[in-house]
Amino acid sequence: MANTMARSFLQAVSSSEEIAPPLRVVQMEGLAVLKIIKHCNEFSPALVTGQLLGLDVGSVLEVTNCFPFPIREEDEEIEADGANYQLEMMRCLREVNVDNNTIGWYQSTLLGSFQTVELIETFMNYQENIRRCVCIIYDPSRSSQGALALKALKLTDSFMDLHRKNNFTGEKLREKKLSWVDIFEEIPIKISNSALISAFMTELEPESPVAQCDYDRLKLSTAPYMERNLEFLIDCMEDLSSEQNKFQYYYRSLSRQQAQQQAWLQKRRVENMARKAAGEEPLPEEDPSNSIFKPIPEPSHLDSYLITNQTSNYCNQINGVAGQNFSRLYLMKALHEN
Amino acid sequence: MAVLQFFPPSSPIVSARLHPVVLFNICDCYVRRPDQADRVIGTLLGSVSDGVVEIKNSYAVPHNESADQVALDVEYHRNMYMSHLKVNPKEVLVGWFSTGFGVSGGSSLIHDFYVKELKDSVKDLKDAQNSVPPLHLTVDTGFRNGEASIKAYVSVNLSLGDRPLAAQFQEIPLDLRMIEAERVGFDILKTTVVDKLPNDLEGMEASMERLYALIDDIYKYVDDVVEGRAAPDNDIGRFLADTLALVPKISPAAFDKVFNDRIQDNLALVYLSSLIRAQLGIAEKLNTAAQIL
Repeated sequence: MANTMARSFLQAVSSSEEIAPPLRVVQMEGLAVLKIIKHCNEFSPALVTGQLLGLDVGSVLEVTNCFPFPIREEDEEIEADGANYQLEMMRCLREVNVDNNTIGWYQSTLLGSFQTVELIETFMNYQENIRRCVCIIYDPSRSSQGALALKALKLTDSFMDLHRKNNFTGEKLREKKLSWVDIFEEIPIKISNSALISAFMTELEPESPVAQCDYDRLKLSTAPYMERNLEFLIDCMEDLSSEQNKFQYYYRSLSRQQAQQQAWLQKRRVENMARKAAGEEPLPEEDPSNSIFKPIPEPSHLDSYLITNQTSNYCNQINGVAGQNFSRLYLMKALHEN
Repeated sequence: MAVLQFFPPSSPIVSARLHPVVLFNICDCYVRRPDQADRVIGTLLGSVSDGVVEIKNSYAVPHNESADQVALDVEYHRNMYMSHLKVNPKEVLVGWFSTGFGVSGGSSLIHDFYVKELKDSVKDLKDAQNSVPPLHLTVDTGFRNGEASIKAYVSVNLSLGDRPLAAQFQEIPLDLRMIEAERVGFDILKTTVVDKLPNDLEGMEASMERLYALIDDIYKYVDDVVEGRAAPDNDIGRFLADTLALVPKISPAAFDKVFNDRIQDNLALVYLSSLIRAQLGIAEKLNTAAQIL
């Protein structure tokens, strides 16, 4: 474990990097999954975060343990406390032979509204220190529907390059062929358990063939969940339309400015002709001091991309739940006929 | 009096409930223990209410054990406790765990230490429940009896008259609260590797299959009873009748109406979400379209 730590630290420092195989799978231990679930459920609906610890092996990122972060107040003094807490926990866990390597963080979310600018900034922060990091998102409200809503996210490389240059104009995006689906990349999760714990679980599994997750899945009342989803979706659409308005305004002012420039140019040309006829020096055809030549800044596409991501996430969730509803309703119908 | 309790608890501990996270943590610590150690010792955190101790969290504490003495890293224990309290101030010290079958000699020394710790920590927190003795949990990772034995003990001091004789560890009933594990799904937690997390529809399919299997079983059982192949059991029969009576009696017309309404609602939602996705595609094209001026 010391080797891995030393290696990843060295790699962050040295400029020559080995070509790493692309990340294909995130492998989580049952322990980490249960800890994340417990922490997020305890504090829901508040949003909580925590740190992931594990190993970076080839194309697999193994998460072997995690620890939660205390809920931070917005206070400057407590910033240092937070860093101290983290160091303390890492040191203590090192003593009991837990992998001391940070490979990312986890956070809980409410109905999937996690694509924010803060997430991207946190990613960039982590990426500076760690070669490969991943963010695990857990949704406690969707898990109450019976599915295990765990997702592993990573920023795509092309997006990270663009973000570093902080350039989100239309041409750059078209150049790189980056659309809103390309910001986040979802990585499949595998779960692994040690042999000891699987022996225990096999022993302790209750006899009944039906488990709590089945009860959750076969529940007929999904209306509150759908309603909240729709509310969020409507809010997102409003945000999206305001972003659209911003772009329209930009394009309109751009074309207006172009027209003004042309008109001014024409006037200048006419003037120059008159001057040439009178034998005077022609005036320059450009005038940078004139305000109509000032380039208008293009609004950044980042926000609209994030909102688009969120909206599509909500749509996906609605589709999923509606699909489940169909199956449940047909089941009810069959039961009733009997 | 032949037997005296150490300090009379205001709410004596009646039973304990264990969350699966704790079990996973203990096993993980055991697997990662240093080579020379035989067993793992650590602290249990949780809460107490009405004589039932809920064990919600745990962490291992490094220790040194030899034939006649045990040394526990107290600083480590206190540091971890403070750190954990920062995250969740409601999870307080409720006891300690050790792997291995049964209670050994060194355990009473460690237990005394934890009794003192509990009293100290409670003084810090000014807690009202200050006379609950700590719990001792043993997890048999060696599967000595061929089965997983997880036992919880409370220490009771035996004394004759005024002289303390010995401490007896009395076993208390332990309830394994597996609800969270069930939520995640036992098939995910049981096998050593799971290749893919099931998504919504696959999980739905699995649940429906289980339901179908159950209904099949019931069908077979009822057939057997009717044809005299199996002995009828009144309780089961009554239970089945009750369950069937739970299906609400709605006239077919009313049921069809409700059913169709729900189906139409869901279809409208699916249509709406597809419409929104089309809108998103168009919006993106418009926003990044090349401006030909």
